[in-house]
Amino acid sequence: MGRFHAHADGTVHAHGHDHDHDVGDHRGYTETGTVRVEVLERLLSENDRVAAANRGRLADAGVHTVNLMSSPGAGKTTLLRETLARLHGQLRIGVIEGDIATSLDADQLADLADAVSLVNTSAGFGGECHLDAVMVRAGMQGLPLDDLDLVVIENVGNLVCPAEFDVGEDVKVMVFAVTEGEEKPLKYPVMFRAVERVLVNKTDLLPHLDFELDRFLDNVRAVNPLAEVQLLSARTGEGIDAWCDWLTARVGSGA
Amino acid sequence: MHELSLAQAIADTTVRYADGRPVAEVRVRIGHLRQVVPDALQFAWELLTAESDLEGAVLIIEHIPAVVHCEVCDARSSLDLPVLACGACGATNVVLETGDEFTIQTIDVAEVA
Repeated sequence: MGRFHAHADGTVHAHGHDHDHDVGDHRGYTETGTVRVEVLERLLSENDRVAAANRGRLADAGVHTVNLMSSPGAGKTTLLRETLARLHGQLRIGVIEGDIATSLDADQLADLADAVSLVNTSAGFGGECHLDAVMVRAGMQGLPLDDLDLVVIENVGNLVCPAEFDVGEDVKVMVFAVTEGEEKPLKYPVMFRAVERVLVNKTDLLPHLDFELDRFLDNVRAVNPLAEVQLLSARTGEGIDAWCDWLTARVGSGA
Repeated sequence: MHELSLAQAIADTTVRYADGRPVAEVRVRIGHLRQVVPDALQFAWELLTAESDLEGAVLIIEHIPAVVHCEVCDARSSLDLPVLACGACGATNVVLETGDEFTIQTIDVAEVA
């Protein structure tokens, strides 16, 4: 496999073997006696089909669905605990908990959520580093969707793969911890471009870090000018009410 | 990281289109902003297709550069970093023209008489 290389016409690509292919010469019959079949399908079209079905099922049940993503340790589970504690009794919330293995996170949420459905990606799903639409469909089967207002999908901790997989959610949100560094939007653009809202967590640590918040915010805007950024600390509770208000409004609007 | 899943998705779609015919080549088009590592995808493809119906099928990865068109100065520039700004004047009201691609383009299958 060759590395990426540039051509005079400005294209940059890599070849799987050591001869060139000219797309124009490969229409119809090829020199090797094969027939070229046009596919032109999105790479994850199978996933997208299941995601669309999930979305339909969730909409039928009148459930708003949030796909919550972050790197490991950014604070998704702690934030979710705080969120559930505040919204308990106001919204009926189900959680689909994605983890490669263990029920540790799901156990932390079981007493606060109206329903928790655990998806271990190592159990029959190949130990995947993300949730895909098929896994979320399995997770949905463990929730009483018709009796819920909101479903939060806590994705597998990973800043690359989950961003690429539509699972049928209404909105993608990411948690970013200030301990992760200002350059993350530039290093993980697929994630930062995929989300509508970035929750900047662990702000209580800012006085102890060299983290430059303004530079981080510039980097978020450079990658995704439309992203809404919200500061909070799941540990101290700062900003959690505003986040819960946003969630409640989203559920209420049926968006 | 997710290249194994992507390779599996490519293989599934390929098998569906091949409809039992032997596959010589699969061509995919992946934009620069997709964060796919070609070597990793190639490796995953070889791993997955070995001793399967797709064994020997060559995966061609067309990497498409990220190009933005500037609405201020009309320049077209190619992005290295994923910063959506004009390479000529620095303006940020740019339209992404290429770089988001993520498709299976064609498969070459043996002719069945």
